[in-house]
Amino acid sequence: MSETKGRIHSFESCGTVDGPGLRFIVFMQGCPLRCLYCHNPDSWDIHAGTEYSVDEVFTEIEKYRSYMEFSGGGVTVSGGEPLLQPEFVTALFKRCRDAGINTALDTSGVILNEKVKRLYQQCDLVLLDFKASNNKLYRKLSGSSLASVLKTAKYLCRTKIPIWVRHVLVPGITAERKQLEVLGRILSRFSNIEVVEILPFHKIGEYKWEELKQRYQLGNVRPPTEESVKEAVSILKSHGLKVR
Amino acid sequence: MQNAWLDFKKGKWCDTIDVRDFIQLNYQPYEGDSSFLSGPTEATSKLWHTVCDLKKKELDKGILDVETKVPSSIVSHGPGYIKKKYEKIVGLQTDKPLKRGIMPNGGFRMVESGLEAYGYQVAPELKEIFTKYRKTHNDGVFDVYTDEIRRARKSGIITGLPDAYGRGRIIGDYRRVALYGIDRLIEVKLEEKDSVGIEIMDEKALRLREELSEQIKALMELKVMAASYGYDISAPALTAREAVQWTYFAYLAAIKEQNGAAMSLGRVATFLDIYLEKDLLNGVITEEQAQELIDHFVMKLRIVRFLRTPAYDELFSGDPTWVTEAIGGMGLDGRTLVTRTSMRFLNTVYNLGPAPEPNLTVLWSEKLPQNFKQFATKVSIDTSTIQYENDDLMRPKFGDDYGIACCVSAMAIGKQMQFFGARCNLAKALLYAINGGRDEKSGMQVTPRFEPINSEYLEYDELVNKFEQIQEWLAKAYVNALNAIHFMHDKYCYEKMQMALHDRDVYRTMAGGIAGLSVVTDSLSAVKYAKVKVIRNSEGMAVDFKIEGEYPAFGNNDDRADQLACSLVNSFMKKLRKHSTYRESTQTMSILTITSNVVYGKKTGTTPDGRKAGEPFAPGANPMHGRDVHGAIASMASVAKLPYDDAEDGISYTFSIIPQALGKDKKSRISNMVGILDGYFHDGGHHINVNVLDRKTLLAAMESPEEYPQLTIRVSGYAVNFIRLTREQQLDVINRTFHSRV
Repeated sequence: MSETKGRIHSFESCGTVDGPGLRFIVFMQGCPLRCLYCHNPDSWDIHAGTEYSVDEVFTEIEKYRSYMEFSGGGVTVSGGEPLLQPEFVTALFKRCRDAGINTALDTSGVILNEKVKRLYQQCDLVLLDFKASNNKLYRKLSGSSLASVLKTAKYLCRTKIPIWVRHVLVPGITAERKQLEVLGRILSRFSNIEVVEILPFHKIGEYKWEELKQRYQLGNVRPPTEESVKEAVSILKSHGLKVR
Repeated sequence: MQNAWLDFKKGKWCDTIDVRDFIQLNYQPYEGDSSFLSGPTEATSKLWHTVCDLKKKELDKGILDVETKVPSSIVSHGPGYIKKKYEKIVGLQTDKPLKRGIMPNGGFRMVESGLEAYGYQVAPELKEIFTKYRKTHNDGVFDVYTDEIRRARKSGIITGLPDAYGRGRIIGDYRRVALYGIDRLIEVKLEEKDSVGIEIMDEKALRLREELSEQIKALMELKVMAASYGYDISAPALTAREAVQWTYFAYLAAIKEQNGAAMSLGRVATFLDIYLEKDLLNGVITEEQAQELIDHFVMKLRIVRFLRTPAYDELFSGDPTWVTEAIGGMGLDGRTLVTRTSMRFLNTVYNLGPAPEPNLTVLWSEKLPQNFKQFATKVSIDTSTIQYENDDLMRPKFGDDYGIACCVSAMAIGKQMQFFGARCNLAKALLYAINGGRDEKSGMQVTPRFEPINSEYLEYDELVNKFEQIQEWLAKAYVNALNAIHFMHDKYCYEKMQMALHDRDVYRTMAGGIAGLSVVTDSLSAVKYAKVKVIRNSEGMAVDFKIEGEYPAFGNNDDRADQLACSLVNSFMKKLRKHSTYRESTQTMSILTITSNVVYGKKTGTTPDGRKAGEPFAPGANPMHGRDVHGAIASMASVAKLPYDDAEDGISYTFSIIPQALGKDKKSRISNMVGILDGYFHDGGHHINVNVLDRKTLLAAMESPEEYPQLTIRVSGYAVNFIRLTREQQLDVINRTFHSRV
């Protein structure tokens, strides 16, 4: 198992917004999606990044044990899309869990096969992106389908793995009342969703698109206003969801 | 006396001077939340408003007012008031608020140039006295300095030495005056004096007898000073108000007599809590009045002023006085030393708004009550005014009644003092190793001549070897300088008031310090793991370096670099320990620069780590900004590895983060901050400044300072009004890593 190598974009020692407590974050390299608002487009290319063994990554993680333990944190694997390297992440998470370290997977949930299922069985928490509430928009935003994410959510629900949903609020695209009502209805069906996190759209990653000579299509979109964030929160709350 | 102590549990503190014993027997630990706290009273708001107006005037003029004739002493000035009818706690350094006193015993030139800088003239008779009849500490030191020390000082390889002003870093046990009253303290000092020199009247005995006589004089003067405000402090304090007032009088006497670089308050909150709780219980005061006493006390601590020169301000701008109060911590018996008054002290930041002084220092332990941890971190997130130090690391060495002198130097209160030694510039020392002991800026041969490195590329073993030799030389010159300074300070500028509030025999440390730790670490790492080509000028001096390849930098939790830093600390400490010290003091060392990292950088040429000539060092033990690329915790984890046993005078780390990077909402920010502190200290970190600020706010404050009069930030070991920093220092703070990545 430890022989498996993973392609990794980078590490972050002080993750505070990707799961509970303080988290060591492993950003995997490579992503099948091309989300319009992506702030890590430098993690798309599956061939870039650096190879690490499970041992090497685990050694890094272990250095932060005190911080994780005191804060109720752990390790979060993000990306990129970690589902592209399920064997590596499974081995890493197993290693973490054996050592008593909490594991969270930050994913778009668009792939579901036997290998991915084995990975989910090593997750204490899944941070699942719900990009849009209808298929057309889903495709436009990310190139993938709502159906694939729903399939993942159902699987996680059946196997009782907790989900934190993240939804990026993009003015004019995902911030419409109608969209949010539908999203609320969909999400309220899953008993394993512990919380829905609204992530206001931001352009912090725009410069990376320029560096990669890619056209950034949301250049004219502004971050949502505080009121529209509040409104989105209250719409989702009205469906009995815990929202922040 | 019996009367004053009626409500207290008796113990050995009744027979000997032992404030700790009194605290242990009588205090009430508090584990509850902050909901009991009160806001400011009307009198508090009115008084603070007046102070703010005066401070604004002071900011416009540089200094508000200054004495030019009468040297400051315990009884030289006063009484003075802000607005007498509102003041629950009284006492000013001179006859007017923010009017600065002058203290020529430390050095007359400092007084003269300080006055001139602000357009004042020293009185001719004063000049005559101090140039003709009375020798100062400064004169004494320069009488004995060797050429070698002068060269080291001039080149800036050793800087900030307290050879022209008061050394500070001594904490009187100001609580003794409240608990025992002056008469009892004088009685004890007389007994102490009688116990010295009975058999052998040698130099040691003579010196101690003279010092004890001075101490007794100071205590008598303190009584006179208090009487000028209408208080008789010969007996112990009866009420909470008296306890706060007596304690403040003792501190006030110290700052009237000495303009020490740092004049810490010590650890008074839990002591005062005993009196406050007693009065609350007996219905003598309400919570509002209890808070008012602390607010008024703290207000006084916020207006402590000394006359400094512009050169001093360039090093440590913002007029710091380091009125450091240590708050919280745990007792040796496992009970927390947090009391309601610990919270009341922190609450002053809300009642009066943020301010750099007093230097609020929370002694952090894993075992601190959760409620207190959350309240302190909340104050940090709201105001960036608190620094934290590791009680679990210090308690085993210093017991449970220690305070913090200046920024990071722990010492047992009333039992220990230090000979302050500022710091030497290790980055410059590394350049001397390359350049044969010549200064890269001036060309002056500073150390004895030796063969410079002549190769095209720096070779690790050769560099380390020469660097070792330079450090040996530096450690010797450094300790010699400190011996000269402290011999003369004891002789010409003895701290009679502060030492009167110590035991007869004190434990002395000689505290050296280093600057440029991360610059040197990264330089050595570059030479070891990459290739560093030397570029020399026509005189053969290395003036630039070209790094080929990559190297691990300090601040990434990478042992290859971090272990280099640890062995540097260990090896320089070993070298300091080789030399004999004045009064058999024990050598210690700090890794602390305060804001002087900017000036050190200015005076140091290009270094092999890629830092260009003139660029600032990182402050204290911080990694160089921009090189710590694995996030905030990797950075602090590297710092936590530095060996405290070899830097017992403190290891300063400044942490700045934007609120959004700390968590999504207030609640998670607080709990993450608590987690960060628990993790850092558990892993052996010693000190941390916490700033939770937006870069935008700082930029805005640079543009319109008048709109941010109270914006406070923490820099290596102390807090400062951001708008009082020089522009260079402001830019340094802004450019330094703001950990914002998520």
